[in-house]
Amino acid sequence: MGILEVKNVNKRFGGLKALSDVNLSIAEHSVHAIIGPNGAGKSTLLNCLVGKLIPDTGSVMFDGQSVLGRAPYEINQMGISRVFQTPEIFGDLTVMENMMIPCFAKRDGAFELNALTSIVKQKDIIERAEHMLEDMNMIDKRNMHAASMSRGDKRRLEIGMCLSQEPRLLLLDEPTAGMARADTNNTIDLLKQIKDTRDITIAIIEHDMHVVFSLAERITVLAQGSPLVEDTPEKIKGHPKVREAYLGESA
Amino acid sequence: MLGLDKKDTTLMLVVAALALLAPFILNPFPEGSAMAQFNAGYPDLMQRFAIYGILAIGFNILFGLTGYLSFGHAAFLGVGSYSAVWMFKLLSYNVIPGIILSVIVAGLFSVVIGFISLRRSGIYFSILTLAFAQMSYNLAYSVLGNPSSNFNLTNGETGLQVYASDPQILASASAPEVPHLFGVAMRSSYQLEVGSWLFTFNAGYYLCAVILMLSFYVSVRIFRSPFGMMLRAVKSNQQRMNYTGLHTRPYTLAAFVISGMYAGLAGGLLSTMDPLAGAERMQWTASGEVVLMTILGGAGTLLGPVVGAGFIKYFENIFSKINEGVLHQWFGFLPDGMESAVIWVVEHFVGPGWHLTLGLLFMLVVTFLPGGLVQGGQHLWRLLAGKSRKEEHAKTETQSTPAE
Repeated sequence: MGILEVKNVNKRFGGLKALSDVNLSIAEHSVHAIIGPNGAGKSTLLNCLVGKLIPDTGSVMFDGQSVLGRAPYEINQMGISRVFQTPEIFGDLTVMENMMIPCFAKRDGAFELNALTSIVKQKDIIERAEHMLEDMNMIDKRNMHAASMSRGDKRRLEIGMCLSQEPRLLLLDEPTAGMARADTNNTIDLLKQIKDTRDITIAIIEHDMHVVFSLAERITVLAQGSPLVEDTPEKIKGHPKVREAYLGESA
Repeated sequence: MLGLDKKDTTLMLVVAALALLAPFILNPFPEGSAMAQFNAGYPDLMQRFAIYGILAIGFNILFGLTGYLSFGHAAFLGVGSYSAVWMFKLLSYNVIPGIILSVIVAGLFSVVIGFISLRRSGIYFSILTLAFAQMSYNLAYSVLGNPSSNFNLTNGETGLQVYASDPQILASASAPEVPHLFGVAMRSSYQLEVGSWLFTFNAGYYLCAVILMLSFYVSVRIFRSPFGMMLRAVKSNQQRMNYTGLHTRPYTLAAFVISGMYAGLAGGLLSTMDPLAGAERMQWTASGEVVLMTILGGAGTLLGPVVGAGFIKYFENIFSKINEGVLHQWFGFLPDGMESAVIWVVEHFVGPGWHLTLGLLFMLVVTFLPGGLVQGGQHLWRLLAGKSRKEEHAKTETQSTPAE
């Protein structure tokens, strides 16, 4: 029984069947990659996991609880954090503030009206945020405006923000999309380090095979809305069905 | 001091000094001099500075922090005004119950309006709030204000006022027959003559000034609190908020209600200064005015809204008083033909044409100083302070302080 169990999920957009009978099980403490050609339904599936979309039929269970019908913030509070394709951070705020907000969300829950206490007095939050920034190697950037950083740094910050919530499952949506090679390698190293040092499960959606094969322990190949194969990276590499899905029948 | 850091304490002290010394500061010109008409230190106008300052401070908590542009804050101002006058009618002319009720009723109103309007964001939110305010205006103007019906809540176009037949169950014989604070009439003033200067200290103004200082203090605390940071996060990226386990709706609703209560407080104070509440206070132009004040002064800054409110009220009351006679006095030294030409041009910008000047000014500020007059002030300060301060500024620039 995995930490995330997707059973018979179907999702239709008008005449387009985006997901058909998707079954997926992600084992706890594993790094699980979901790959597939464009239009395979990767993003639709991800959106069903975080509450942005509700599947037409089927079930999505996280740690024995259904996530269906819950708002994204509720699902996050259950322990699923999401990293977006383009880094979603608080651009108008400083790096330190960016890091403090998830710490508040972790401590105080979805809403807390602490309007008359000063931020400066929140010693535990500040300590936690600073600690996380040190982990991410960003402590020297703490007073920078988040929007003024490089793409790689924004990604790093976003991952750090997600980790500061101590999620049990981290979902990454093409974490290296649009990145320079050096930034991509840094991100891979960062994710490796996270995998080795934290009590966490990682699910990653990715186009870049270099990233997938350097990180994943299990790979699910999605094609035309349903899972084609699920196996270890070594076996996926030479799998005829996978080649067919990516390169067409004649290949 | 009082839970503020050094910089905020300084700011608070500056505001307190400005508020308390306003009768001096706003009356720089001696009586009878040609410039005396630019004096703004008379009670009626000073009260307006303070009251609209409170309104704008509250509006800024919503608009400046969360970015939600409400076009319906006049509704809360009006509701507050009516509530206060009802307290005068039912209880007594003591202002305390009136002010308290105006805040409570405006708070309840904003819970309802906010709950519905905040289901949408951006322009749809603005339109919803505008619609609610216009509905409130029409209800107050006609539906709930028919003097011949049994349920006459607002007294229609006459405006709600206190009549001799009203119960006033708590009224004591010794208290004055005008709004008062435990016997001190709001309209009572003490005048101080120094040379040819005349300074007026008005009880009503000082009540408003003290409440303004309190309002400003609360706003500083909110800006510096975790809650304030969450509101800025709402403005910055709601998507990230939701995926960080934070429910944005209660945050925006809380900001909306707080700013509605500020508006109710301002409305209550307006009635306290002059116990006559009319529906025109709820009209959309009044809602637009507070938007202008906040943007002109600098949205999202602490001091900006107060500056903007003072600026617009000064224009409305002083610029609008310059008439043709005054212009003839000013340009009398010019040759006749030129004099009438100059006056013909200038008179479009003063007197009833003050809106034109304000509009031009607003365009200039929005185009060249997106941060409002406060940003202009900071530029000026940097220019004057020169190079030695430049390095220091470069340092503070990157720190996590939202501009004041």
